[in-house]
Amino acid sequence: MTTQEWIFVVLGIVGAGAAVRLVTARNVVHAALYLVVTLATVAAVYLLLAAEFVAWVQVLIYVGAILVLLLFGLMLTRAPIGREALDNQQRGLSAIVGLGVLAGLIVLLWQAFGDDRIDLTTSSTALVGESLFRNFVLPFEVVSFLLLAALIGAIVLARRDEA
Amino acid sequence: MIRLSFPLMFSAVLFAVGVYGVLARRNGVLVLMSIEVMLNAVNINLVAFSQFFQDNTLLAGQIFTLFVIAVAAAEVGIGLAIVILIFRNRETINVDEVNLLKW
Repeated sequence: MTTQEWIFVVLGIVGAGAAVRLVTARNVVHAALYLVVTLATVAAVYLLLAAEFVAWVQVLIYVGAILVLLLFGLMLTRAPIGREALDNQQRGLSAIVGLGVLAGLIVLLWQAFGDDRIDLTTSSTALVGESLFRNFVLPFEVVSFLLLAALIGAIVLARRDEA
Repeated sequence: MIRLSFPLMFSAVLFAVGVYGVLARRNGVLVLMSIEVMLNAVNINLVAFSQFFQDNTLLAGQIFTLFVIAVAAAEVGIGLAIVILIFRNRETINVDEVNLLKW
């Protein structure tokens, strides 16, 4: 195993452990903090895969924006504490489905890509931007329009009617 | 040099954990968090395969990851607006108690 692989194993254990704690935590704020750890390890994985622009976008958008939005959501709604208040009665069935998905994915991916290796090449921010505005301009504009629609939709939904 | 299966296994674990969270949680905000974990699992796969196929000029995997992140931001905004609206009307955000449209 190379050094990168050892670092990856450590990151994977930390990220997967935080994700498991996220779905089992009894306090919603603790769950949000475990989500921070998971998202940060995913950003570190992007760095390890030499995709630095995606890593910083992950930190900015996920840890910076989406998580603050989720914390605001927790703040504006009453957040009960305790397992029965946060989980429904299907925990056992859900665990079976989750483990089934995990087993299926691992068997499939291992059979398909068990011995393949990634030859890492750094993809700089300049390359990402060049490709984005040369080959993906139309999807980029569509995404900006989608964000505008989501912005207006969220305002319309969350506004109090003063009739 | 890194094995392709390492990021794939990590993303498989994250996806399975997200599936469990969506199915087992009843708090609306926690369901949204589990969905974010699943989207992150998909993004790891996109970046890993982008590097694996040596896609150094088009960079389709990384750019698609950026699009997924943008769509996830829009989804969380709308989702939280709906959750807050439900809380305002029903005094609860437990998704199993919101059954107005259930036959």
